[in-house]
Amino acid sequence: ALGTHTAVLHASSRLIQAFETINVPVTLPKNIALRTAAAMLASFGSSLARRAAVSGTVLRSLGARSYATQDLTVRDALNSAMDEEMEKDKDVFILGEEVGDYQGAYKITRGLLQKYGANRVRDTPITEAGFTGIAVGAAFSGLKPICEFMTFNFAMQAIDQIINSAAKTLYMSAGSINCPIVFRGPNGAAAGVAAQHSQCFAAWYSHVPGLKVIAPYDAEDARGLLKASIRDPDPVVFLENEILYGESFKVDDKVMDKDFTLPIGKAKVMREGKDITLVAFGKLVGYNLKAAEILAEDDIDCEVINLRTLKPIDRDTIVNSVKKTHRLLVVEEGWPQSGVASEIMAIATEEAFDYLDAAPERITGAEVPMPYAANLEALALPTIDDVVRVAKRTMGKQ
Amino acid sequence: MHKTGARSLLRGVSSLPIATGVQLCAPIAGAVAALGSGGNLTIKGFASTADEKIVVKCSPFRPHRLEPPSQEVETSGSELWEMLKTMTRMRRMELSADMLYKSKLARGFLHLADGQEAIPCGMEAALTFQDSMIQSYRTHLTYMGRGGTVKEVAAELMGRYTGAAKGIGGSMHLYKKENNFYGGAGIVGEQVPVGAGLAFAHQYRNDGSASFTLYGDGAANQGQIFEAFNIAALWNLPAVFVIENNHYGMGTAEARAAKSPRYYTRGDYVPGMWVDGMDVLAVKQATAFAKQHALEQGPLCLEMDTYRYHGHSISDPGSTYRTRDEIQGMRQTRDPIEHVKTLLKEHKFADATEIKRVEKEIRKEVNDEIEQAKKDDYPPTEFLWKNTYKDGLGAKMRPLEMGQPKIPV
Repeated sequence: ALGTHTAVLHASSRLIQAFETINVPVTLPKNIALRTAAAMLASFGSSLARRAAVSGTVLRSLGARSYATQDLTVRDALNSAMDEEMEKDKDVFILGEEVGDYQGAYKITRGLLQKYGANRVRDTPITEAGFTGIAVGAAFSGLKPICEFMTFNFAMQAIDQIINSAAKTLYMSAGSINCPIVFRGPNGAAAGVAAQHSQCFAAWYSHVPGLKVIAPYDAEDARGLLKASIRDPDPVVFLENEILYGESFKVDDKVMDKDFTLPIGKAKVMREGKDITLVAFGKLVGYNLKAAEILAEDDIDCEVINLRTLKPIDRDTIVNSVKKTHRLLVVEEGWPQSGVASEIMAIATEEAFDYLDAAPERITGAEVPMPYAANLEALALPTIDDVVRVAKRTMGKQ
Repeated sequence: MHKTGARSLLRGVSSLPIATGVQLCAPIAGAVAALGSGGNLTIKGFASTADEKIVVKCSPFRPHRLEPPSQEVETSGSELWEMLKTMTRMRRMELSADMLYKSKLARGFLHLADGQEAIPCGMEAALTFQDSMIQSYRTHLTYMGRGGTVKEVAAELMGRYTGAAKGIGGSMHLYKKENNFYGGAGIVGEQVPVGAGLAFAHQYRNDGSASFTLYGDGAANQGQIFEAFNIAALWNLPAVFVIENNHYGMGTAEARAAKSPRYYTRGDYVPGMWVDGMDVLAVKQATAFAKQHALEQGPLCLEMDTYRYHGHSISDPGSTYRTRDEIQGMRQTRDPIEHVKTLLKEHKFADATEIKRVEKEIRKEVNDEIEQAKKDDYPPTEFLWKNTYKDGLGAKMRPLEMGQPKIPV
């Protein structure tokens, strides 16, 4: 995805070099905006490729970084990830409420029943404890279930199976019975769904040894991390966000490769900066990126970290960033006490105390069950303005 | 059958060194028995080709929405001998575990199943290790039935590295994946949907095996069990749900916990059968029947009527909620080992002296295995940190306090 100006400039010159390698001189008008230049080069490149039947692969082999990108929604990222993994491995199957005939409560499993049949895409009754236990038993036996929860609020009914069966059995059996299962579904606040449908379970699951916990942000995260999770031999809790399902992101062509995966356990630095480290997972990474743009106008240069994995958490990326910027602000939608943000602050305090110029800060959701009224709901969750204001305060600027 | 010849044959058999572990489920060529009204049922018992088949009438079954199998059970002298030895070994295991606990070598929880030996013994006589099994926490004997040894159980109780789960699990968490035994679950009822999931995998792979999920009368009221029944019946899973009804859920008698204690009917649309769980041949017959039913027609329940001589756990004397007369009565009239001894004597496969000799041998062998286990080491310190993940991804766990090195996952 096109990022900072630096990246665009770098990529532009590489592409110009690539064209010149195949004897295609490139002259750009002077003084055009870099983004326009990049866009022109990209369209020139693709039309050239069409005319000369030069594939992206060839361009890559000439040393050019592929510019071809495409739009991908998080929904399509998740759907294509599951589709490809089911194609690749016959032991992968899906179960959950409305995943089949209904095409998925949020349409994430759209088309999969038609493609793979009712044996591999199983609609379940509304009995979470039962079907989760069944999924875990299937995983113990060596199959690779994807167990969808319509939301993680309902997974509370099955949490004994997730923790006492799935998470702990490998340890209790001294390594003999593993559980290659993925529990996935929307987590956290949506819009107007009130107290029992808005809880964030990130802190609960990331507390438990034996679970891997993933929280993707964009389409690349969703695709790469879901594919990695399905291939992983351990139980993975995959916390999606309903609001992000429809959001579209630009992804590199390489993201659409059938074997594209992202490493579990590694955070991503979305934006490099030197003044303050902004940390979040899921939807709030987007908030932090927008806040960073606003803060840049006040010469505050933010480093934005996308955690991607909550367990095992990437302590090193967080610590190295805080050592560089000397300031930390963590943002999450969940409740404050014993939350993910508390853990990030503890990590920074334990490993980077001497590097901090200010106390680590966090912004969390309000410590109340989620209200319904729109004005109160908005007050119960962090906003981009909150991030900007608190970041400035941390920087000592008002 | 020539009496002297039989006796010398048996003497020969019983003087063979009894291998560590219980010799169970070895499919011996030709050792198949077609059972009566159940159709062409094939079971692999302990019979050997050299032995003569006999037919023994077992206790009656009580059916719920199905045609029960015949009470005529085909067996043989050598199978009955194997069953006696297996159950005697199991009985000695539990009594030895009691002593280990009282001498403070075993700790934590200890739930003993002496009295219930006919269930694992009879079931394994009808199954193979391709069939899956899962249970809750009263699991020593089921583990042994699935191929585990006395030494592995004893070492696990004492937390030694040679234990069934390398000392990490304890009494409640015994596993044998290679023989499709999935534990060993501590949360009452938790194993039941998981057992239905094992059946799902058998169906998905179309491998001709079934899953057997064992739980007690105390667990039988759990909601997740009915959720498992529902899905198993909807999806026609090859699942057999076995209720080991020893009539007391901890200290609560079944009538105080269940509005309907007729557990074999509680599946409603899931057929069921009540089985005398103290009669090892009835258990064998019912299990073979149930496996075929599960594979051909879908899930069913088996309620095995049984009894535990010990209390719920080692800290429960077991006599505050039951009378000593009741416990003694069960020992005298329905003990599963005594029943097999009676069969052996009735059919002239053994006399009292022979039986006593074998019992003494087994007692000594069990003691020897336990003494060996007492000498084994505890798990090494590094093992504390192993096996939270199968693939640690190169991540590091934080130590208990900062300043200590991080631990590779």
